[in-house]
Amino acid sequence: MSDWIDVCATDDIEEEDVIRFDHGAHSYAIYHSPEGEFFATDGLCTHEQVHLADGLVMNHIIECPKHNGQFNYKTGEAARLPACDHLGTYPVRVVDGRVQMQLSE
Amino acid sequence: MTTVTTNTPPRDYRLSDENAQLAFARGLASADWYHTDVDRKAIKALMKRSDGPAIRDTLIWLGLLAASGAGVIALWGSWWVLPFVLIYGVLYGSACDARWHECGHGTAFKSAWMNNAVYQFASFLVMRNPVTWRWSHARHHTDTVIVGRDAEIAVMRPPDLLKVVLNFVGVYDVWYSMKALLLNAGGVLQEHELSFVPEQEHGKAVFAARVHVLIYGATIAVAVAIGTWLPLILIGGPRMYGCWHMLMTGLLQHGGLADNVTDHRLNSRTVLMNPVSRFIYWNMNYHVEHHMFPMVPFHALPQLHELIKHDLPAPNPSIWDGYREMVPAFLRQLRNEDYFVRRELPPTAKPYREDLHEI
Repeated sequence: MSDWIDVCATDDIEEEDVIRFDHGAHSYAIYHSPEGEFFATDGLCTHEQVHLADGLVMNHIIECPKHNGQFNYKTGEAARLPACDHLGTYPVRVVDGRVQMQLSE
Repeated sequence: MTTVTTNTPPRDYRLSDENAQLAFARGLASADWYHTDVDRKAIKALMKRSDGPAIRDTLIWLGLLAASGAGVIALWGSWWVLPFVLIYGVLYGSACDARWHECGHGTAFKSAWMNNAVYQFASFLVMRNPVTWRWSHARHHTDTVIVGRDAEIAVMRPPDLLKVVLNFVGVYDVWYSMKALLLNAGGVLQEHELSFVPEQEHGKAVFAARVHVLIYGATIAVAVAIGTWLPLILIGGPRMYGCWHMLMTGLLQHGGLADNVTDHRLNSRTVLMNPVSRFIYWNMNYHVEHHMFPMVPFHALPQLHELIKHDLPAPNPSIWDGYREMVPAFLRQLRNEDYFVRRELPPTAKPYREDLHEI
């Protein structure tokens, strides 16, 4: 069982940027890639509980604004220490100009 | 500036499980720190990376290091060698710290390999294990001047002023660093290192220490073999006779200010400095700004300062002024370790969260 959750309008996120999206007790990070695609990951760095949406997006990498732990936001893979554990990723789709992400129950 | 005295139990700086639990219970460990509100576009522009400024500065640094080192070799045995020794010493024993720091953050250069190359080189010069100290510094940014959590508190309370003074010629730091490197090279990580270095990094830490120890051992062997101090004046020695600038600037970062708070405006100090010191120190004089936004590269810190200065205490206008504030605080802390300097905010700033800080 899973639900598609409405996140934001496509033009709410600049290309090569990220926004924070809180839903329930969880925080997510929603990305707009240079190719115009959208992606979603957990919102907090796996090293320390820091919101990734305050970090810099470069190509397909998000860097934690505190310690520069880096992740590939397309795959969630940790790409630079001190981040060791991968981020969770979530399916994203665009419907009628709205970004939606899928959450599993 | 006002001065503040509180009454708390004596500080225990050990990075023990008990102290960690205490810091977590008080909401001080891995806390949500105060940040000045900034426009997302503005901070993105400041965080943007480029190789140019760091390549320029690194070429100047290495060029001057090579030239002054050549002067030391050429004039060895003459009094004329002294100015070259002084210049070489500061470029080696002080400038290394800022390069280690900025490249450790991965912000100095845009290219990761350049950050890593300079980080490894500077780690050797500053006598720090590049693996353990990377994690130590991550902890310093997570828990800045949180007692029992931060491994990089330069002056603990009550201050050991003899140690501070001796460190201007590296006495304590070099002893501490060599002991750590030798233990690491022997496969041993110290208790405090184990508290912040993950297990999968232990092997790398041991390997790095062995490389450093091997180079220092070879340097000593060459000095003995050719019967001169020259190799040690060029390698290792500058960490003692040339580190005074690193100490002079580094002590100002947090010295005499609050501990156990979650607002960098209370525990960090920005000091305006001359261009030579800023080159050696790679703009880390903007220290409140650096801690609040650590992903802003050194070359963009003056712009960040302009962007957020309305929300920060006024910077000390000079190194001298910083010492006039810090040294009396150290002396007061000898009698009362709870004493610290509380820096006043301008009317345009958001006030300190008195409910969060026992100030």
